[in-house]
Amino acid sequence: MKTIEQKGMYQKFPRSGKDTRVTHYCAGCGHGIVNKLVAECCAEMGLQDQTIFVDPVGCGVFTYYYWDAAHISAAHGRASAAATGVSRARPDAVTIAYQGDGDLGAIGFNNAFQAASRGEKFGCIFINNSLYGMTGGQMAPTTLEGEKTTTTPFGRDPALTGHPLHVCEVFNQLQAPVYIARVSVADTKRIMQCKQAIKRLFEIQRDHKGYALLEILAPCPTNFRMDPLKAAEFCKNEMEAEFPLGTFRDVDKGVTPEAIGAQHQASAALEVKSVPQVASCAELFGVSDGVDAPPAEDDPSVPERRFKFAGYGGQGILSLGICVAEAARLEKRHTLWFPSYGPEQRGGSASCSVVVSGTPIGSPTVEHPDVLVCMNQPSYERFVGDVKKGGIVIVDASVPITKQPPEGVKLYQVPAIQMAEDFGVPKAANTMMLAALRAFKATGLDDAHLETALCASFKKKPQLVEKNRDLLHRAEAALLNN
Amino acid sequence: MTKFVKSNEAVVMGALYAGCDLYFGYPITPASEIAHGAAKWFPMLGRTFVQAECETASVNMMFGAAGAGKLCMTATSGPGFSLMQEGISYLAGAELPAVIVDVNRAGPGLGNVYPEQSDYTPAVKGGGHGNYQTFTLAPASAQEMCDFTIKAFQMAAKWRTPAVVFADGLQGQMMEAVELPDAELPRPDFSEWAAQGEPATRRNLVKSIFLDAAAQEVFNEHLQRKYEDMAADAMAETYLAADAELIIVAFGIASRVARTTAETLRRKGLKVGVFRPITLNPFPRERLAAAAKGRKIMTIELDAGQFADDVRLNLAKAGLGAEAANVMMIHRMGGQVVTVDDAVKAAKMILGK
Repeated sequence: MKTIEQKGMYQKFPRSGKDTRVTHYCAGCGHGIVNKLVAECCAEMGLQDQTIFVDPVGCGVFTYYYWDAAHISAAHGRASAAATGVSRARPDAVTIAYQGDGDLGAIGFNNAFQAASRGEKFGCIFINNSLYGMTGGQMAPTTLEGEKTTTTPFGRDPALTGHPLHVCEVFNQLQAPVYIARVSVADTKRIMQCKQAIKRLFEIQRDHKGYALLEILAPCPTNFRMDPLKAAEFCKNEMEAEFPLGTFRDVDKGVTPEAIGAQHQASAALEVKSVPQVASCAELFGVSDGVDAPPAEDDPSVPERRFKFAGYGGQGILSLGICVAEAARLEKRHTLWFPSYGPEQRGGSASCSVVVSGTPIGSPTVEHPDVLVCMNQPSYERFVGDVKKGGIVIVDASVPITKQPPEGVKLYQVPAIQMAEDFGVPKAANTMMLAALRAFKATGLDDAHLETALCASFKKKPQLVEKNRDLLHRAEAALLNN
Repeated sequence: MTKFVKSNEAVVMGALYAGCDLYFGYPITPASEIAHGAAKWFPMLGRTFVQAECETASVNMMFGAAGAGKLCMTATSGPGFSLMQEGISYLAGAELPAVIVDVNRAGPGLGNVYPEQSDYTPAVKGGGHGNYQTFTLAPASAQEMCDFTIKAFQMAAKWRTPAVVFADGLQGQMMEAVELPDAELPRPDFSEWAAQGEPATRRNLVKSIFLDAAAQEVFNEHLQRKYEDMAADAMAETYLAADAELIIVAFGIASRVARTTAETLRRKGLKVGVFRPITLNPFPRERLAAAAKGRKIMTIELDAGQFADDVRLNLAKAGLGAEAANVMMIHRMGGQVVTVDDAVKAAKMILGK
């Protein structure tokens, strides 16, 4: 028997486990025709070396038996997500996802739709045969009204299961795709048109133009329960009546839906900035943080000190904690900062803990602080009872002392909020508290380090550095005079 | 170079030094800072950040990128980690290297955003379908969030397996100093098996399907051998353990509570030490057995006892049935962290003091 070479396909299909050239498709199946066309286009355009096919789960799962190119076999529904990964990882390759109507239309619809919306640079071939072939002819989102399937034994009832999903029409609402078309393989003329469309899909990927979707109406004689000729007729008559053929969009050829052009104008208001480029991680992370502290060194003679800072969100509690932590780092201490977070971030009370130690820090949580700084009543009442004997509590003077600290704990009432207002900088109440920490020698850290850390905390607002340094000094002087 | 950063940011730094080229992720508290850092830093280095539409998409984007021969990662927390399990099974089934960071929050269901270690079973035993495992590392500090992310990429590439960095909401949020690596790692070469869109890789096929039962069994046997061989890379550390009567076994953030607990009890003259598994899979079974033999054992954990059960299993498999039967546990759930006070009380009770 004479062997006819099939372009783009392996000459035998050993991956199928059989040393033959017989595909697994049923007689008259649209997949078989499309597989041949895809292989031909890929080969004729000289793209086999650079093409990566992303194969689906469904009847198309075995294209890797046939197409002579690299393949990645994806999970059910996820070929478009996987193709996103492939095309992002290999932007020079030609990435083609091949999906059926369960894979793309149902379980993986959002992945396909979002990939299209992002304008991922791959081509998606979507085989619509109006049902699930591989699993036994069940209803698909594309099943026609009244069509009998194994899960619509009385015909699809739109009152219960909705209407057929028009994938091209839905995707055509998006701005990013550059090509959207629906073709068919129901007869010779249509097959020739289909090949042209597949070629276009490959061209767009070869030239890295953007996202392309090609929906192909395909007969499934086995599950239609028809002979191949009748199945092709069904595909041509019934399916095309529901899913009209045509090129919905081919941007480079001037085929663009009017509405999409208008939308594009409307959304161009905000500016996208170019990303500053760096050559290496060292360059990226080598930027000074304003503190430039050395690595910690072990010094067992330095006892561990635990701090808790608490107040309302917006009072600068978290940055006050960071300030103390950074000052400790300047003294080569082991240092840990931990915030309360979650819903508390968005209004209400906020708190953070800082641990400073001469040896590596164990438990990160601060159950019994040596130093508690409170800016509001709820946090004072919540934490004051936990303070360690010999510890210090600094509380804003606006907080009524409804609860006395434990015995042996020193309490300082500091009008931080009032002082900040008096200085004309209400936001600097946390700087007032830092002044109090210095004035009462509460941190065990060098004053100069606390000041350096305060200045570094305004790295992004350099105009505030001197202002806060000045406030720190004035507040400290005021506190020491009282 | 030392930076004072949130642990979550340290993950991104580690990934960049490890040569990770692509980040795919969907935001979720308390892991979101990883996405924030990646969104900013990956593009600055000419690498790729994609905000996926869901965690199912993230993990399948990784499947594609890893299948195309590049190092890639994602980060998530409980609910997102659950959504990824199918995809992680596919990664394991296709033997693809990829790194998944799980910053564990409290569950089940929506739960809350506070720390738990309750994803233990899916993070350590393979949470999806089929006979697979992941290489799972449990950091306990910002430094380790950086270092173990790097290690996770190395192990993922070495063993062709998905690797999990298993952290928790507390560590994700805390700031500590991180000493960054001196140099970036070179990119591994996966052209032997990856689909790279190049002439040399044209015949490569990335798949997890074996239609033939016999072939699927052979593949599974290969996987199991690989997991046995992975034991060579098991890691653990001990602290004050040599003469300890009571060994506290804990991982991740709980191991730091264990450390302070042991120090506190030592000051009271009680002989207490710590055994900390660093890799949860492969589990450092032999080292645990060596440290725990003939000792009293207590775990500290932030789950319902999944970890204690694994400790018992590993002790029993190491032939220490008696020790396994007597493993005690102190734990908290719901986002509460075991306090040193409570751990000290529990240890004293076990020691009869």
